[in-house]
Amino acid sequence: MKQSEAKQLSEELLANVYALPKGEKIKECIQCGTCSASCPSSAAMEYSPREIIAALRAGMLDRVLNANTVWMCVSCYSCTVRCPAGIPFTDVMYELKRLEVDKGLSKGSNGAAMATAFAETVDKYGRNVETKLLQNYFLRTNPLKALPQVPLAMKLFFKGRLELFGRKIKGLSGLRKMLAAIEENGRK
Amino acid sequence: MIIATSRAYSYFPGCSLTATNRAYDVSTRSVADVLGVQLSELEDWNCCGATAYLPIREKRSFVLSARNLAIAERQGRDLATICNACYVVLRKTNKYMAEDRRLHDEVRGALKAGGMDYRGTVRVRHFLEIVVNDLGEDAVRSRVKRDLSGLKVACYSGCQLSRPFDDIDDAEFPKIMERLVGWLGAEVAAFPLGAKCCGGLTMTTAPDTGQLLTGKILKGAKERGADCVATACPLCQINLEAYQEKVGEVVGADCHVPVLYFTQLMGSAFGLKPKALALGDSLTPVEALLAEKVSAS
Repeated sequence: MKQSEAKQLSEELLANVYALPKGEKIKECIQCGTCSASCPSSAAMEYSPREIIAALRAGMLDRVLNANTVWMCVSCYSCTVRCPAGIPFTDVMYELKRLEVDKGLSKGSNGAAMATAFAETVDKYGRNVETKLLQNYFLRTNPLKALPQVPLAMKLFFKGRLELFGRKIKGLSGLRKMLAAIEENGRK
Repeated sequence: MIIATSRAYSYFPGCSLTATNRAYDVSTRSVADVLGVQLSELEDWNCCGATAYLPIREKRSFVLSARNLAIAERQGRDLATICNACYVVLRKTNKYMAEDRRLHDEVRGALKAGGMDYRGTVRVRHFLEIVVNDLGEDAVRSRVKRDLSGLKVACYSGCQLSRPFDDIDDAEFPKIMERLVGWLGAEVAAFPLGAKCCGGLTMTTAPDTGQLLTGKILKGAKERGADCVATACPLCQINLEAYQEKVGEVVGADCHVPVLYFTQLMGSAFGLKPKALALGDSLTPVEALLAEKVSAS
């Protein structure tokens, strides 16, 4: 990605972050690293939360988005409650994830595949149906990876814990009208 | 003497409670009956959006939650949920709609397109917090029929019960479940990992990470001598109960320990039958543990 494009991407993301409740707090980041130290999955991230903010400020967001980074966020809000500057960093991570999906930069990311499969399942049924979600997820990623899950699925099945057929909510058409209406106000 | 309680709430079970984690729903309804708490299931509820819809479309996720809040508003009661993800997402929708006028108007406009409205008056509650704060110690203690003093419990409330909103308990070290378990007469293990993350969906999307995080929790519970781990979230429950062999290899320790919902523990103390608590659904030997450690008092 060209430097100018990366800069534009960073600016686009910052604009979205500023629009969040307390989003402007990101300007007050002192690079102390409390977020990275608090994050249970930062060890598995190519860039830790502190580095993500640094990259954002330097207009080098493209590096962060292309790495196996944002989808490691487990949404536990540890960074958010500990940040001395009050930055809602978990929400920033959600913004990064959305930007990645929208720009098509999340190819090959399991986390993005899971979230996409989840949204599709909910759009279709009005609820999440776990068997449908996992079918969709493994078809998007690697169907062979579903094999090690079979013993667990069998156990759950014999305990009556697997919902094989999804049931749609009664008010699905109304819900779809609502979702279409909010979409008209922007894709975010 | 049993302390009389008569309270009514709207009830949002959440998607995973209809199948994979139905034992949580069954046991919640059973203990609510004993406590004299009426839980009226929201009619035709939909997915709250959970943590997995937000990274695709934020506003659509808020609309999903708001539709449920709109249905609850018609009933005019607090909305009780037992899933931490539903709890945090429904509350987030409430809070962001209240703080952001534009979002508020957009979401309400969307609801109206589907024939609903939401004015923002519903309080979202976790059933655990309802039991502790609305009903209280005497109401719980007075219903305990069996002796749990031989049972040592690691209380694991998970991350999203007290984060990011820490108004019901400490964000890092919530004590709310420990208080309840103490009232039930069980021994509370000194367990500081009660609000550490289980890894959530990374158990599927990035197993190395999910297994490590879950392993640390189970290992910690075993090291502190817990006979079982009590949970308050369906995703935590499945992560902690379903992969114990594998996560034990990852953290190099025996991670086999029974894992049950706090509502199953309550019901057991109240003398309810295993079936009323769906103990048979468990992937860990919960029923055998309770048969061994819990006696008539």
